[in-house]
Amino acid sequence: MEQVITEFSKYLIALFASFYTYECFAVFRYQTEAERSSIYIRQYIFMFLVHVSCFLPIYVKTGRVEYIFFFIFQQIAMYATIVLYHMIYPAANRLVINNMCFLTSVGFMILTRLSYNRAVRQFVIAVFSSVIALMIPELVQRVRNWKDFTWIYGGVGIAALGAVFFLGAVTHGAKLSFSLFGIRVQPSEFIKILFSCFIASLLCRSRSFWNVALSAVAAGAHVILLVLSKDLGSALIYFVAYVVMVYVATGRKRYLLAGLLGGSAAAWLSFRIFTHVQVRVQAWLDPWSVIDKEGYQITQSLFAIGCGGLFGLGLCQGSPSSIPFVTTDFIFSAIAEELGILFSLCLILVYISCFIMFMQIAIAIKDEFYRLTVVGLGVTYLFQIFLTIGGGVKFIPLTGVTLPFISYGGSSMLSTIMMFAVIQGLYLTGGRKNASDKTTQKETGQRNSGNRTKKRPKAET
Amino acid sequence: MQVTVCFVALFLVMMGYFTVYAMTHEEELMNNSYNNRQQILSEQNRRGSIFARDGKVLAETTEDDSGREIRVYPYGKLFSHAVGYADKGRAGLEAQANYYLIRSSVPVISKLKETGRQEKNPGDNIYTTFDVGLQEAADRALGVYKGTIIAMNPKTGEILAMVSKPDFDPNRIGEEWDTILADEESGTLLNRATQGLYPPGSTFKIVTALEYIREHPDTYQNYRYSCSGSLREGEDVINCYHGTSHGSVDLKKSFAKSCNTSFASMGMEFDKEMFADTLDSLLFNRELPLDLAYNQSKLEILPDDSRGEMMQNAIGQGRTQMTPVHLAMITAAIANDGVLMKPYTIQRVESAEGAAVKTFSSESCGELMTREEAAILAGYMKEVVETGTGSKLSGLSYSAAGKTGSAEYGTQKGESHAWFTGFAPAEDPQLVVTVIIEGAGSGGDYAVPTARRVFDAYLNQDTGEIPQ
Repeated sequence: MEQVITEFSKYLIALFASFYTYECFAVFRYQTEAERSSIYIRQYIFMFLVHVSCFLPIYVKTGRVEYIFFFIFQQIAMYATIVLYHMIYPAANRLVINNMCFLTSVGFMILTRLSYNRAVRQFVIAVFSSVIALMIPELVQRVRNWKDFTWIYGGVGIAALGAVFFLGAVTHGAKLSFSLFGIRVQPSEFIKILFSCFIASLLCRSRSFWNVALSAVAAGAHVILLVLSKDLGSALIYFVAYVVMVYVATGRKRYLLAGLLGGSAAAWLSFRIFTHVQVRVQAWLDPWSVIDKEGYQITQSLFAIGCGGLFGLGLCQGSPSSIPFVTTDFIFSAIAEELGILFSLCLILVYISCFIMFMQIAIAIKDEFYRLTVVGLGVTYLFQIFLTIGGGVKFIPLTGVTLPFISYGGSSMLSTIMMFAVIQGLYLTGGRKNASDKTTQKETGQRNSGNRTKKRPKAET
Repeated sequence: MQVTVCFVALFLVMMGYFTVYAMTHEEELMNNSYNNRQQILSEQNRRGSIFARDGKVLAETTEDDSGREIRVYPYGKLFSHAVGYADKGRAGLEAQANYYLIRSSVPVISKLKETGRQEKNPGDNIYTTFDVGLQEAADRALGVYKGTIIAMNPKTGEILAMVSKPDFDPNRIGEEWDTILADEESGTLLNRATQGLYPPGSTFKIVTALEYIREHPDTYQNYRYSCSGSLREGEDVINCYHGTSHGSVDLKKSFAKSCNTSFASMGMEFDKEMFADTLDSLLFNRELPLDLAYNQSKLEILPDDSRGEMMQNAIGQGRTQMTPVHLAMITAAIANDGVLMKPYTIQRVESAEGAAVKTFSSESCGELMTREEAAILAGYMKEVVETGTGSKLSGLSYSAAGKTGSAEYGTQKGESHAWFTGFAPAEDPQLVVTVIIEGAGSGGDYAVPTARRVFDAYLNQDTGEIPQ
């Protein structure tokens, strides 16, 4: 019986995940949330089916009763998030919420399989984060002058990154975190959000050369602090987000070009100066010749990726624990091994659909500050995914960043959920201020959802 | 919008890379010894069987009286190197085809039936190119000697027989392992056919003759040399076998009589760069198109090689080292109009229920030499059998072609490995046989009759003639 469930579940997971992913893109055929409503309902169903077909093989393999309760709690938390969000913010973008829940539930499942204790901790953090995140859109809407806090964003950012550099604890050769009241915090995860606000508020003032130059110096300070702390992945993410924001703000290709040239020069320079950069590039170019040492992580990751095939070995059937840092940096490889290539591709597409939605939101927002912030956050989010998946499959050198919503790690989970909430807030606020078509869309969205939840929204006036 | 398109494009490229990598590197990744997933599969699936080309079992997994899984090799020592072993590490086909053997391709439904009975799934089966009758003939022909015989079809690249001695009983590899390892002298675990590096001796004259023809494409037929049985260059002296004086010889006769002094004198005059190119075209110092574990043949021609060294190089002595399989591949190319077919041993992989999982077919590795060059060399090799050192293969129901060699080794004069490489029938080659018998003496006296028994077994099997 155990084998029957394991064997069939992996095909079902891939099947349901493909349906779910299809709906993620079907959304874009319609303009208003009201028209998309039936799609979202189908997504709930597929989300649930994926979740159940992941849970069953883990349960039959371990046979532990607490797993059932854990699964039920996950279900409650997920649907509570969806329902509460819908009640409080009826006009919020539901694709983003669904994807957030889908990805988080996949994360819970793969973490449960890798380490039950970590999964439970992750769950607690996720619930806590969601509660905080429920308040964020309201906060974003209440405060009208977010764009005036420019130097507070920048000052806090540089101070926090500086604190990590001077006081931070060293983990695996990089300074990433310090302890705050006994909790290890990784500030670069949160400063990402402030950084986008900072650069957006700077750039929305003026497009003059001197203003862009000023922003370059300020962004450079962030990036250099990260490089000095050896947090290369974050440094790259900040850098790319900055370059894209400048390009979107000014529309000038020459800044894009200057950014790429400057970035290449900086990359070359850090390759020459830092041995740890050379080691990573070496391990990327030919991991097989250093399979015992520098290439160990990436080759173990490739073994996992290579042996899953289209449908994977099935949950609890592979050997992902042989990959170092599998719950954080290499969790995608564990997914590819046990859930297969098809599911992994679906997962990437779900991530992408969020990004496309963010960019659509950005296009619809007329307010320059809000628009740029959404662009910055969207790129930050997507580029991080590119770094972690690309690194794990040896498409690019390893940088050691987490996979949003799935990797184990409190800072990563909280900051990503907050980031999504900020974008929702900007979507709600930015949309209300402008364009009449936006307003009607909102109203239909409200009416529709209001009918179902039997509750009038409060924040929309 | 542009930003969205750029990032989505970047992701699509990455997804493509990921998919292609994961789909195409599975076998290579799975066989890596750092990958502990082999263990998982072998716990889920019962190791598949290995069959000869006619379906006879060469290796299978069964259970002993206590219900423990054991690997059984019905032919014992006969296929020790060809099929190998899967205990105490893996070798031979057991290593090469491990990826298939530990995998089960039976349909999900059947797997569920098996697992319902708490049994392992049956692993996939391998059908090889090996011919049991020919392998037995080769094994008998080599007898108690150390050495190796490799037989392949030059038109397809199928390896039909591969014997290497000393051999061992793979059924008892576990028990005998320590004894075998303790005996460092014999190199029992070495598959001499593909891993043994030997001085090629006079068989190398195939290469030297080809080089001479390439340097003198229009005039090679006018080559003349007067052999007095010995040639001195500074301190180096080259003697013909047993000091025989061959008199006036042309290229064909030099080849047929295996005249050392004639080839040595050619070697001294070679253009070193061209010689190096010829060696390169014949896959010396290079990777061979071969999936078996093998060693590379070595002969580097250096710009400052002395004339004495060039004499040694030309007759396959000195620092030249070659594997028997490499010589068989060059011979096969000559027999196949210059085109080398990639040697292979796995014909197809089937699931336990007989469904095809993967089929391997003949694969050309391109021309090692032109059709004309191959025809000239084939003619010379025919002459070896008709009038030269290979005469023990003449006057049979089929016509053969080949080249003998008596490769001196070690410090003592007169100790030599007996070589023969050739094909038959000469006019329509069906079989290439390469033989080396360690320390036996001259190729013509020892290796040629050995090769003949293998040819006989293969070419006379239809007529029912019993080979003597």
